[in-house]
Amino acid sequence: MNYSLTILILLIPFATFLFNGLVGMKFKPIVSGLIGTIGLGVITLLAYLTAWQYFFVDGMVGGSFPKVIAMSMEWLRLTDALRIQIGILLDPISVMMLVVITTVSFMVHIYSLGYMKGEKGFERFFSFLSLFSFSMLGLVIATNIFQMYIFWELVGVSSFLLIGFYYSKDSAVAASKKAFIVTRFADLGFLIGILLLSYFTQTFDFKVLTGTDQSIFAQTAGVSFLGMSVMTWAALLIFMGGAGKSAMFPLHIWLPDAMEGPTPVSALIHAATMVVAGVFLVARMFPVFYFQAPDALTVISYVGGFTSLFAAAIACTQYDIKRVLAFSTLSQIGYMMLALGVSGYGGHEGVGYMASMFHLFNHAMFKALLFLGAGSIIHAVHSNVMQDMGGLRKYLPITHITFLIACLTIAGVPFLSAFFSKDEILVAAYEHNKLLFAVEFLVAGLTAFYMFRLYFNIFWGKETHYHHTPHESPKTMTIPLMILALGSVFAGYIPFSKLVTSDSMPFESHMDFGIAIPSVLIGLTGILIAWILYKKESKIPERISKSLGGFYQAVYHKFYIDEVYMFITKKIIFNCIARPVAWFDRHIVDGTMNGIGWITVTSSRNIKGMQSGNLPQYGMVFVLSAIILVLIFSFLI
Amino acid sequence: MLQGIPITHVLIVSSFMFFTGVCGFIIRRNMITILMSIELILNAVNINLVVFNKYLFPDQLQGHFFALFVVGIAAAEASVAIALIINIYRRLNSISVDKVNEMKY
Repeated sequence: MNYSLTILILLIPFATFLFNGLVGMKFKPIVSGLIGTIGLGVITLLAYLTAWQYFFVDGMVGGSFPKVIAMSMEWLRLTDALRIQIGILLDPISVMMLVVITTVSFMVHIYSLGYMKGEKGFERFFSFLSLFSFSMLGLVIATNIFQMYIFWELVGVSSFLLIGFYYSKDSAVAASKKAFIVTRFADLGFLIGILLLSYFTQTFDFKVLTGTDQSIFAQTAGVSFLGMSVMTWAALLIFMGGAGKSAMFPLHIWLPDAMEGPTPVSALIHAATMVVAGVFLVARMFPVFYFQAPDALTVISYVGGFTSLFAAAIACTQYDIKRVLAFSTLSQIGYMMLALGVSGYGGHEGVGYMASMFHLFNHAMFKALLFLGAGSIIHAVHSNVMQDMGGLRKYLPITHITFLIACLTIAGVPFLSAFFSKDEILVAAYEHNKLLFAVEFLVAGLTAFYMFRLYFNIFWGKETHYHHTPHESPKTMTIPLMILALGSVFAGYIPFSKLVTSDSMPFESHMDFGIAIPSVLIGLTGILIAWILYKKESKIPERISKSLGGFYQAVYHKFYIDEVYMFITKKIIFNCIARPVAWFDRHIVDGTMNGIGWITVTSSRNIKGMQSGNLPQYGMVFVLSAIILVLIFSFLI
Repeated sequence: MLQGIPITHVLIVSSFMFFTGVCGFIIRRNMITILMSIELILNAVNINLVVFNKYLFPDQLQGHFFALFVVGIAAAEASVAIALIINIYRRLNSISVDKVNEMKY
C-alpha cells in the first residue's frame, strides 16, 4: 500500500497559510478562521488514516516496523555526492508525531475561533497557525537531517511571529526577539553538528544514519578534539539545537517569556509540539547517539534531570498561571530528555526511549488541555495572575472539571495517562542511574504540589471580588477542552511498547509496582500538601515562604538566570566586544568612506571655476597645453 | 604637380593655414567664423597628409584617401554644427559665443 496522500498533510496547511496570508483580509475574519480549521480537520483525518494504515494494516515487516519513504524528490544538487532530498519518512515516531500535532493543532484551531474572536489580525493569526502546522509537520516527516533543519528554522520563525502577535505591546516584541535569538543561537550549534556529522559520514539521510550498518562511521574513528571524539562533539552540538528548541537549562530563558503570545499559541507551540522538537530530534537520531556517542547521551540525561528539578522548583513560586504552566512544561520535557538519556537500545533495554515517546504523547494532550483551560480562565477573568482568581469553580464548571482532570493526570494519579508514562520513565531511570531516579521521584511530588497549588488557587480559595461575573466560555472553546480531557484520560491505554520502540520491534512491558506505588504516594502527598495550604485561605504559605527567606527569593526570581544572561550580554559582551566593534565601524570604516567623499567634494569645488563655459578660453588652454606638451617631448627625446 | 616644389614651402603654407585657424578659433566671437576657422585647421591637416604621403611613400595612396575621409567628415560636422548654431540663434537671438556659457559645470 502506498502513502501518496501523505503529501497532502504538508500541502493543505501551506495552501491555507498562503490563502489566509495573501487574500484573507479581503473576506470576513470568520472565513479565514473556518478555512484554516477545516484544512486542519482534513489533515487530522489524513494523519489518523496514515497511522491506522501504518500500524494496523501494513504492520510489521520481519518483526519490526519498517521505515517507509512515502515520497522523495531531489531538491538541491550541489555535487554528485552532496544532494539534498525532500521527502516523507514514515516510521513509528514520525507517524505518532503526525497524530499528536494534527490533533492538538486541530483542537487549538477550533478553540481559537472562540478565543480570538473580534481580535485585530484574526486572519493573520490563522495564517501563522497554518504556517506553524505546515513547518512542524514537515519537521517530523523529514527524510534527512537537512530537510529537518529547514523546517526547524521555519518552526522557529512561526514561533517568533506568534509570540510577537500583539506587536504593539513592547513586552511581546521583546519576548519574541528573545525567543528567536536564543533558539537561533542554539541552532548555530545544530548546524555545526550537522556539518560535522555529514562531513564524516557523507550522508544526511536518517535511514542510513540510523540504520544497522555502522560502517559509515568508520571515518570518525580516532578523530578527536579537546579530548572528546568527534562523534561526541557532533552529537552534543546537535543536542544543543534540540536543547534550544526544547528550552533545556541553560537555554530555557525564552520559554517563560514566550507566554506573551496568545494562549492558544502557548498551548500549541510552547507546550505540545514545538518545544518537544528537541526530544524528537534526539529520538530520531537515537541510534547515532547510543552507538557512537554514549557520553553525549549521559550529558542529555543529566541536563534533562537537572532541568526538570530546577523548573519544578521555580513553578512552585510563580503567580502568573501561564508561567507556572511554562515551567511545568520545562520540567516535563526534562523528564522526556532524561528518559532518552538513560535508555538502552532494543527490547526491554529501550524502555526509556519508549517511555519518553509515550510521555511526549500524553504530555501533548494534558498540557494543551491545561493551557487551553488557562486560556478559558483568562478569557473569563481578564487577568493572568493567581491573586485575581479564586472560587471560580462555580462560574466555569466545564473548565473546572477539565482542568482538574489535567491536573490529576500530570500529578500521576493512577489510571490516567501520565501515570503509565511516568512510571515507565521512573523504571528506566531506576535501572540506569539511582541519582537521577531520586531526582525524578522528588520532581513527581513537586509536580503534583505546584499543579494543585495552581488548581486550588484558581478554583477554590478566597473568592475575589470580580468586576463582572465570570461566565463560561463559548462552545468553540469548551468542546476542545472536553475532547482533550478524554485524550488525557485514555491516551495511557495505547500500547506504546507494541508500537513505538527504540528498534521498532515490540516488547512486553509490565507495570513495576515497586516503583509505581511510591510514585503515586508521593504524588498524592504533593496534592495533600497543596490541599492543606491552598484549599482555604490561610497564612501558612506566606509564613513558609518567609521562613525560607533568601532561598525562596532566589527561586522566585528563577535563580537569577535571566539576570546572569543580562549581565553577560549587556555588561561583558556589550562593553568588551560590541563597543570596540561599533567604534571601529563608526570611526575607521565609516571614516575612510567619508574621507574619500570629502576629498572628492572639496577638490571639485575648488577646480570647478575652470569650467567657465567660455569656448575661446577652452581653445586657448587646449592650444597652449598642446604646445607645452610638444616642447616637453621635443626636449625629452 | 608637386614636382619641383620643395616640401618646406608646402609645409609653411599649411602651418600658416593652421595657425590662422587656431587664431580665428580663439579670437573671433561669431560662431560661423569659428566654424570656418575649424575648416581651415582641417584643411591644413589635409595638405600635410597629402604632402607627406607624396614625399615619404610616393607609390602609396593612404594619405590621399585619409584626406578624402577628413573632407567627408568635415562636411558632416559642418552640417551638425550649423544646425546647432541655428537652434542656438532661435533660443538666444545671438550667435556670439560669449552668450553661450550656460553649459558650464
